[in-house]
Amino acid sequence: MSSATGLPDQRFTVDRAVLISRLRAVLPAHALLADEEEMRPYDCDGLTAYRHLPLLVALPEDEAQTQAVLRICHALHAPVVARGAATGLSGGATPHPDGVVVSLAKLKKIVKLDPLARTAVVQPGVRNLAVSEAAAPYGLYYAPDPSSQIACTIGGNVAENAGGVHCLKYGLTVHNVLRVRGLTIEGDVVEFGSAALDAAGYDLLALINGSEGLLAMISEITVRLTPKPELAQVVIASFADVRKAGDAVASIIGAGIIPAGLEMMDKKAIHAVEPYVNAGYDMNAEAILLCESDGTPEEVAEEIGRMTAVIEKSGASMIRVSQNEAERLKFWAGRKAAFPAVGRMTPDYLCMDGTIPRKHLAEMLEAIGGLSEKYGLRCANVFHAGDGNLHPLIMYDANQAGELERAAAFGADILELSVRFGGTITGEHGVGLEKVMLMAEQFSTAEIAAFHRLKGAFDEAGLLNPGKGIPTLARCREYTQARAGSAASAPGQA
Amino acid sequence: MTTLIDEWSEQVRQAARTGGHLAIRGGGSKRFYGGEERGDLLAVGSYQGIVAYEPTELVVTARAGTLLAELNQVLAERGQWLAFEPPACGPTATVGGMLASGLSGPRRQTAGAVRDFVLGVRMLNGLAEVLSFGGQVMKNVAGYDVSRLMAGSLGTLGLVLEVSFKVLPLPVAEKSLRFSLGEAAALEKLNQWAGRPLPISASAWHDDVLTLRLSGAAAAVTAAARTLGGEALDESVALAFWSAVREQQHAFFAGEAPLWRLSLPSLAPCQKLGETFIEWGGAQRWLRGGDALEIRRAAEVAGGHATLFRAEPALKAAVGVFQPLSAPLARIHRQLKLAFDPSGVFNPGRMYPDL
Repeated sequence: MSSATGLPDQRFTVDRAVLISRLRAVLPAHALLADEEEMRPYDCDGLTAYRHLPLLVALPEDEAQTQAVLRICHALHAPVVARGAATGLSGGATPHPDGVVVSLAKLKKIVKLDPLARTAVVQPGVRNLAVSEAAAPYGLYYAPDPSSQIACTIGGNVAENAGGVHCLKYGLTVHNVLRVRGLTIEGDVVEFGSAALDAAGYDLLALINGSEGLLAMISEITVRLTPKPELAQVVIASFADVRKAGDAVASIIGAGIIPAGLEMMDKKAIHAVEPYVNAGYDMNAEAILLCESDGTPEEVAEEIGRMTAVIEKSGASMIRVSQNEAERLKFWAGRKAAFPAVGRMTPDYLCMDGTIPRKHLAEMLEAIGGLSEKYGLRCANVFHAGDGNLHPLIMYDANQAGELERAAAFGADILELSVRFGGTITGEHGVGLEKVMLMAEQFSTAEIAAFHRLKGAFDEAGLLNPGKGIPTLARCREYTQARAGSAASAPGQA
Repeated sequence: MTTLIDEWSEQVRQAARTGGHLAIRGGGSKRFYGGEERGDLLAVGSYQGIVAYEPTELVVTARAGTLLAELNQVLAERGQWLAFEPPACGPTATVGGMLASGLSGPRRQTAGAVRDFVLGVRMLNGLAEVLSFGGQVMKNVAGYDVSRLMAGSLGTLGLVLEVSFKVLPLPVAEKSLRFSLGEAAALEKLNQWAGRPLPISASAWHDDVLTLRLSGAAAAVTAAARTLGGEALDESVALAFWSAVREQQHAFFAGEAPLWRLSLPSLAPCQKLGETFIEWGGAQRWLRGGDALEIRRAAEVAGGHATLFRAEPALKAAVGVFQPLSAPLARIHRQLKLAFDPSGVFNPGRMYPDL
């Protein structure tokens, strides 16, 4: 794609009139949107910088309708983009201008919740938080908790292999999903995983998680439910120095502790959040750490004791422990509201998602500070510190000429640094449209070619979410040449 | 080390050119598992060494030929381990074989499987290209998750050269308990307990005795043991017992009768297919002997699948090792095999006859 417009390289010639008449035959009238005005709300996902109208929007109401839509799209060689709640931040659900957006929003039934088996069978449009709410009466919950959990759907979580603030201890989506029922682009029903802990053959369930809608359309998911810990408490620690906060993270892990959550925020993020939610954060701190323990009351008491000892030794300037559930939630509310809080401070922001080995955290922060000056753009930093996943929020104003391009270049520099530190360009938000070119930074041409062949094994015609996730080989070569050429002059010309 | 990879690449290229096959072997400890080895031997056990290990990063990277015992020891020295407790199946077991077989131990139900801890791989595909997927960090969604796909693929997609795993701290305390319970009662209890926040890390039922292991913070283990009751096992007895379960040295696994592994939903009722050994809270059930068709059908009806885990080659060839796949899945499997190994060089027939 070209980074300026987000338009995909590969275009398709689809007869819209034929597509409409064929889809009308298999969908209720209200389940097919063709007017520009009706389709406008579907023109982007959480990455609002890229907007395109699709040819059509289909809203199937069951698996049979989804299957019929896929068969028609396959027959007419029309691209298909799956869409959940469109909270994704990488443009994974940005429409293809020649294709159909298949919104799974109407598939929002919890098909079955079995407390004894600790599983829930859900349709892809069920919201993440709705699963935990339905499981709560049984003392169970669905562990992955991305910040968007009020709105985001389980189908989207699977497509992105979503994380959250508790994944160091409880895993990512891939660790909490037992089975995904899906449809191939030909409309064949496929079951990845099973109701058991594994399935015969290759671990296709692992492949489907994080495949960004490029391999199959999801029609049903079985998730694993986790017993709710009896108690959770969080330590909130202030540091006068970012490096000390980073060292504290390594010391906690080094002491053999796996916190239920381990988050870090820098001063800019604290100053964005505190006036917005009054979480009680220390406005004088250069960085704060949130470190959570959960389990039985005995276990939590023991672990909180060990955590505070390590944090104290790491040179924290202030340490508080939540004294009740209300206070714990208040401490977390700040972290969970970081994105909207930063959104209040700036007309637009880009959220980066690199992951690095934890030991480079302080170094990375310093580098980001330098880049912030270089590009003349503010940047607030929130981290899933426990797993080294960084979310620098680059603030810009799209109405100021050149600011979006500067923000994008700033972001690209951060992600290149992530790769150089031995990490990755995306920890949990996905590649989508946003980072498709940067894939060439992390992967060789042979590896990219292997990804294309892998996709071909599922979707030979290349109709599922084309242009996302994996760059074309031609684009990879261009990218590599451009980087080589610009390395001497101005970095960041992605 | 590079010369080794060059040599192997040349072997792969030549096999691809001539329609030859290569049988990958590390320590040979898991040759019993899967279809028979076919083709020229590709001995990779000499590719050894721990490439990187930083305890505070919770990540270890090792070459595929590294002995599993060596890796376990290096981790233990720093108070860490592979939390899925992989079975070795013999002293020669290697890290690569552990990944390729995808076998997990008694902790699987609560801690996760091999694939859950894989962070990255470096591999040689059927085009003799050295490729890296994933990495050394906890969270990584760049590109398809090829590294997890390698777990349990039995070397049919390529030769894994190097693997990175997430490691965890060893549990501070452990305690094992024993209960007299029939099969149905044990299954019910296991499912009930699994729905409560108890630090259960393993379970094994056989011959009306249920053994349970608790692992975690000392306070949590003590409190749970008090709640659950049962008869506490002596520490050394418990260690020996779980090791025997993991390595299938328990008396149930002795003898020549075919060994079936049923992977079922933990709630699946008693299968009444013969003498049974149950692990993973009901999700893994072992059987000795029995009719292949009947076992496969029962597993499917229950929502799972059955593997002919150990048997004479003739029986494995006759009934197949793994549960047959649905037509669309079988097609995806064949296409994936072609994507990684277009000439069919690696481990033909080790998983399914046509892969």
